Amino acid sequence: MPERYVPNEAVTHGDGGTAALAMAEAETLEGGRNGRGGSPRDKPRSLWGDAWRDLRRNPVFLVSALIILFLVVIAIWPQLIADGNPYRADLAKAQEGSAPGHPFGFDTQGRDVYTRTVYGARASITVGICATAGAALLGSALGGLAGFFGGWWDALLSRVADIFFGIPVLLGGLVFLSVVTSKTVWPVVGFIVLLGWPQIARIARGSVVTAKQNDYVQAARALGASSGRLLLRHIAPNAVAPVIVVATIALGTYISLEATLSYLGAGLKPPTVSWGIDISTASTYIRNAPHMLLYPAGALSITVLAFIMLGDAVRDALDPKLR
Amino acid sequence: MATATTPEPAPDPGTPAPALLDVRDLYVEFRTRDGLAQAVNGVSYRVDAGETLAVLGESGSGKSVTAQAIMGILDSPPGFVTGGEVLFRGRDLLKATPEERRKVRGARMAMIFQDALSSLNPVLSVGAQLGEMYEVHQGMKRKDARAKAVELMDRVKIPAARSRVGDYPHQFSGGMRQRIMIAMALALEPDLIIADEPTTALDVTVQAQVMDLLADLQREYDMGLILITHDLGVVADVADRIAVMYAGRIVETAPIHDLYKSPAHPYTRGLLDSIPRLDQKGQELYAIKGLPPSLTAIPPGCPFHPRCPRARDVCTTDRPPLYDVAPGRSSACHFWEETVRDEEPPHAR
Amino acid sequence: MGRYVIRRLLQMIPVFIGSTFLIFFMVYALGDPVAAMFGDRAPDPATAARIREELLLDQPLWKQYLHYMGQIFRGDFGTAFNGQPVTELMGTAFPVTLRLTLVAIVIEIIVGVTLGVLSGLRRGRALDTSVLVFTLVVVSIPTFVSGYVLQFLLGVKWGWVKPTVSTDAYLDELLLPGVVLALVSLAYVTRLTRTSLAENARADYVRTAVAKGLPRRRVVTRHLLRNSLIPVVTFIGTDIGSLMGGAIVTERIFNIHGVGFQLYQGILRQNSPTVVGFVTVLVLVFLFANLVVDLLYAVLDPRIRYA
Repeated sequence: MPERYVPNEAVTHGDGGTAALAMAEAETLEGGRNGRGGSPRDKPRSLWGDAWRDLRRNPVFLVSALIILFLVVIAIWPQLIADGNPYRADLAKAQEGSAPGHPFGFDTQGRDVYTRTVYGARASITVGICATAGAALLGSALGGLAGFFGGWWDALLSRVADIFFGIPVLLGGLVFLSVVTSKTVWPVVGFIVLLGWPQIARIARGSVVTAKQNDYVQAARALGASSGRLLLRHIAPNAVAPVIVVATIALGTYISLEATLSYLGAGLKPPTVSWGIDISTASTYIRNAPHMLLYPAGALSITVLAFIMLGDAVRDALDPKLR
Repeated sequence: MATATTPEPAPDPGTPAPALLDVRDLYVEFRTRDGLAQAVNGVSYRVDAGETLAVLGESGSGKSVTAQAIMGILDSPPGFVTGGEVLFRGRDLLKATPEERRKVRGARMAMIFQDALSSLNPVLSVGAQLGEMYEVHQGMKRKDARAKAVELMDRVKIPAARSRVGDYPHQFSGGMRQRIMIAMALALEPDLIIADEPTTALDVTVQAQVMDLLADLQREYDMGLILITHDLGVVADVADRIAVMYAGRIVETAPIHDLYKSPAHPYTRGLLDSIPRLDQKGQELYAIKGLPPSLTAIPPGCPFHPRCPRARDVCTTDRPPLYDVAPGRSSACHFWEETVRDEEPPHAR
Repeated sequence: MGRYVIRRLLQMIPVFIGSTFLIFFMVYALGDPVAAMFGDRAPDPATAARIREELLLDQPLWKQYLHYMGQIFRGDFGTAFNGQPVTELMGTAFPVTLRLTLVAIVIEIIVGVTLGVLSGLRRGRALDTSVLVFTLVVVSIPTFVSGYVLQFLLGVKWGWVKPTVSTDAYLDELLLPGVVLALVSLAYVTRLTRTSLAENARADYVRTAVAKGLPRRRVVTRHLLRNSLIPVVTFIGTDIGSLMGGAIVTERIFNIHGVGFQLYQGILRQNSPTVVGFVTVLVLVFLFANLVVDLLYAVLDPRIRYA
């Protein structure tokens, strides 16, 4: 394969595919970390210590981390800021605008949009975190091993990953999820993991291959370190940074993907409260009652934005080359 | 003195002709996130036509930054020239407009970089990159420029120039690439060439060939040549004079043979002593103790004093000026006299 | 080069088989197309069995797959359950989506590259920061949100454009859908251009170009841009293949009868031949787009030589 700046995973599968978008940006990270230092003022510091020092001073990181913390808290305890019931419908108030005690107004069934927007965080955050954790674990394990051992295992993994890249994400989701009857979040999580792991695997494979070529790894090998020790003590700590960056950005895009699938009727299903479903329902009435769409859409966009910004900040911290 | 193509105003008979290049008290600093790095702190040197000045120093000594400031190719920000003059044929380039400076660059003074592979554009053929000099500075047509490129490649002794003019940099060997860099610098027959570690990236055998070529061409065109290096061995045969830099300052200037015979600065002495020599086989090699200072925290007094075997109290407080040691020789050491005589310091610490 | 192309084509075969089989498996094994044909009515068992036999649905899956692929390579994509040949559907849907994709790509190039170059050349300045914020926001708003909002604002409220697209899908009607489809990729192109430019701006050869006394404009266009845009060009190439495959959301919002629209309908109605047929073509388009991009890369960057 030729060396390419833009790997296949950069490809967004059409308009729902922000899921893949951020992936390729991590590519710059892989190659970039070696460019560190060089000027005489650079004192040797650890990558992580340095990154943390930068992060703490970075307002983008602080803002996005605060937003995410807030989102996680209300995903666990939505009652903290919304004392209503997201299911209580009052048809008499259907599609009405904001009223005292109901700042975001009512949806088409007369349910309180504010309460539903708050409760919607749970599904999005759950899907995002679980899918990212699954894809990151599976992807970095498979990709890391492929990069470390190479050979037929590597070749096989690359082909399997190619197969998954060949399938447009939204299409796969529609087909796969349209036959699922479960009303929980888990089929959606499973599907995102299924299509998400190859992207992480590529990044992990790439960074392990890069780390493997470092002189100190060669030296450790020459000194007779076992494969397991090499991988865990010498390679993994240096290969994990790109994976973390990609996973953080992916978390945001997975949330966006879940909402898009739900919008298309293939993701989460009622009675789960989901921004995607609510936006989908509201889209029919956008001319008369735009507020029904704008509030959940705003919440969704801010959530995605927060994770992408966090990923950006982490990448900047770990990749000093682009300052 | 000047090449025939460049009409110069007749020098005032009363004053001596200005030097080709006269750098006076140059200061350069880098404003970075980690603080202010004082890269060049009052450097002065001059080069005449037909003369080769070697500028010697470790990495971080400011030798390359000085050259970039002279050329006007400093990355700015973070680099800023904060003081001094760069007189080129008597005219201060630092006061010239960007457009005037651009016209001088490449045409009147050219630069050769260390790593020819990364310094040549990877996606343009060498012919295009050489020809570009004529297209831009002389408005030549592309076809004629291409013919001139072949001529240039012949001149720097690249075999089969005509058939290789369309090749890309990566298709040449390291030595050939450096010849192309030299050809590019030579294209418009400039008055001054600055070569920044031109042979460092090359194999030892190729180093000598490239250096000889450079020296030959310099004689042929009667150019001034500034040869920046960290390797005393490279410059010994070709340089006329040498300037040793440390922590952004010149610590010693001397005709090259005087410097070899009797260095007037302990730093130079240390550099000379750390060259392996055949007649001292078996002895332990000398090494200057310590590390060069960080440019964000240059020691007070003489910047070399923490590493200097002759350092005394005065060295920690008083910055030594450049003392005149002999005509054309100077040293920035309070104790240059005992250094030249290479006697033991009276109160060695 | 020729041998490289052949090797790549050979490598594409298992990927093609894998991708199409996966979709085939999902469509045929997970859903029951016969039940879907009858909708809510319970099918007569005898009729259902006859249809199954006709469609080879009683055969093992791999046999069905082989049979299907055999037909495809004879140009027979089967008939949709409504009796219309799938190729006919493709004949109307693909040109529409192709036009939409082209509009989107043109917008991506013009806006994305311009913004990327401007911000890359002025890193750290106000313009750069605003472009960065813009790309972040654009990436964060899902297409179905931006689609509805833009449709509502530009199409309905201010009436600047027609909110939906006619069946002929003229280019001017596709302008707004093209923007919506392009948005996310556009943000990516912008960031990629900016990053690439910023990286190359520090390259030694740019310093050389400056030292040669070239005017700034020439340094930027001939030396900096030429190199920086290589990854951007290759990204856009790959994007053509993927945008074609996935305009489901955009086509749904603007009622464009293209590939995504047909696929969405096909999936909703479990119209298996339509879905598998369209996806097969899309996978092929995607794989060839990737191959073309790799070859393009070699053309643009002489350092890359394929053996």
